[in-house]
Amino acid sequence: MSLLEVESLSAHYGPSQALFDVSLSVNAGEVVALMGRNGMGKSTTVKALCRMIASHGELRFAGQSLHCLPSHRVARLGVGLVPEGRRCFASLNVRDNLIAAARPGDWTLISVTALFPRLGERMAQRASTLSGGEQQMLAIGRALMTNPRLLVLDEATEGLAPIIRQEIWAAINTLKRESGLAILLIDKSLNELARVSDRAVILERGRSVWAGEITAMTPDISQQYIGV
Amino acid sequence: MRIHETAVNTAVLLALLSVPAFAWWTDEPFTITLATRAAVLALAAVGLNILLGIGGLVSFGHAVFFGLGGYAMAILAFHAQNYTELNLGIGVIDGTNSMPVIWLVAIIVSAITACLIGLLSLRTSGVYFIMITLAFGQMFYYFAISWSTYGGEDGVSIYVRNQFPGLNTLDPIQFFLLCFGLLCFTLFVTARVQRSAFGVALNATRQSRARAEAVGLRPVRLQLVAFALSGAITGLAGALFADLNRFVSPSMFSWQLSGELIVLVIIGGVGRLIGPVIGACVFVALEHLLGGLTEYWHIALGAILLGIVLFGRGGVLGLLTGQDGARV
Repeated sequence: MSLLEVESLSAHYGPSQALFDVSLSVNAGEVVALMGRNGMGKSTTVKALCRMIASHGELRFAGQSLHCLPSHRVARLGVGLVPEGRRCFASLNVRDNLIAAARPGDWTLISVTALFPRLGERMAQRASTLSGGEQQMLAIGRALMTNPRLLVLDEATEGLAPIIRQEIWAAINTLKRESGLAILLIDKSLNELARVSDRAVILERGRSVWAGEITAMTPDISQQYIGV
Repeated sequence: MRIHETAVNTAVLLALLSVPAFAWWTDEPFTITLATRAAVLALAAVGLNILLGIGGLVSFGHAVFFGLGGYAMAILAFHAQNYTELNLGIGVIDGTNSMPVIWLVAIIVSAITACLIGLLSLRTSGVYFIMITLAFGQMFYYFAISWSTYGGEDGVSIYVRNQFPGLNTLDPIQFFLLCFGLLCFTLFVTARVQRSAFGVALNATRQSRARAEAVGLRPVRLQLVAFALSGAITGLAGALFADLNRFVSPSMFSWQLSGELIVLVIIGGVGRLIGPVIGACVFVALEHLLGGLTEYWHIALGAILLGIVLFGRGGVLGLLTGQDGARV
């Protein structure tokens, strides 16, 4: 049984339907890339998964249905979200951002700062005064402090300098190699996604149109659905 | 020049503590009563500051808890001084003139009421939250007016101040020190709450409810606990205020008082530990100094409030320390 199972998921923004029968799964310890062009429903799928918007269809995490659960219960079940645009608690310092999310488990202030030493150097600094890369590290650290079983990274390297992107990808690689976390990844960097991910799911106009091993994704498929 | 906030906090508390010495030196004993009034109003505003400053919830009905504390004191003391029993419906108890017992009752009644009001009002947010808390305030206000057993609109007078073991509470200095001690203790507790995991989570909820939920926090539960804590502290202040004046009336439930508590917090600095104390001191000083000159002294208060809202969001404390905005 998969850790996360999504079947026939549909979602609306008012009268507009954004998702049509999306299906995907993530196994324990697996890294799955959720791919597709802009506006194809990747972030909407994540929002539906985290119960931030209403949706229909099957949503199960560790065998438990996520429907009817508020978003804080989904987070407590073990879904750690790193939202698009970082969205740290701006007026809290780094330490308080991390403590606010803390749940019992292996991930603590010490292990998060070991993964991102920059955060350790800026513990007393307000999140709003951090650079974009540091805020992204903080957003990932905050999600890890919830001690999730599934980490969902929505555009975690968007708008960052190349050297910072490398740091973020290195951290994701470390997480995959050493923590055994299941990870659902959304990103525009296909090369990095191909290096890190085990499988991929492609969304096209709100539908899941392709799923398989990342190595099985041919240039034709990539060109057809992602345009690269 | 920017002054460190801890230095300002210490200076403000020492200045308030030194008022009795000033009163003795200038032979103005009434100044001690003013300082006691400032300490008690500060205590009420410290309670509100937990909700407003850390939780970001603008309660326009906080006078409910101030009034409940006051009436808890008045009812217990009324029955004690008249040697009559208090019928609670489920049983009969005697009144009391023991301050610790009265405080405990005031705290419990206020906290339970805050929980009940919070359960309903926290379903809303923004202007609707403000309006629903105001509506609760008006309900209690009109109930007190119609409660003829305890004086109705005329209120209740208590002839002798209640007693605290080991102290002569009729002595203004000893009663001031009692109120000041409670204020300091509450400030200490508030500081610990601000730095605790609960305080940090409540602050995170203030910034974004959706983001807080996404990391597993339960905003309504956090805000409800803050509401109860805030109400309990303001209820305690109400009991002390009633003992200070030896009188309670429905005006303790009035929306004007709720507004004044918000003004105290804003003048001192929203979310700042010592902000409510500064706000209360400024308020009482203006009330005393300008109130003797004109009955329109609130115009001066309004001008100060306007200046702070427009030019110094961090309140007086923000102007002194050079740090704007709510910082907790």
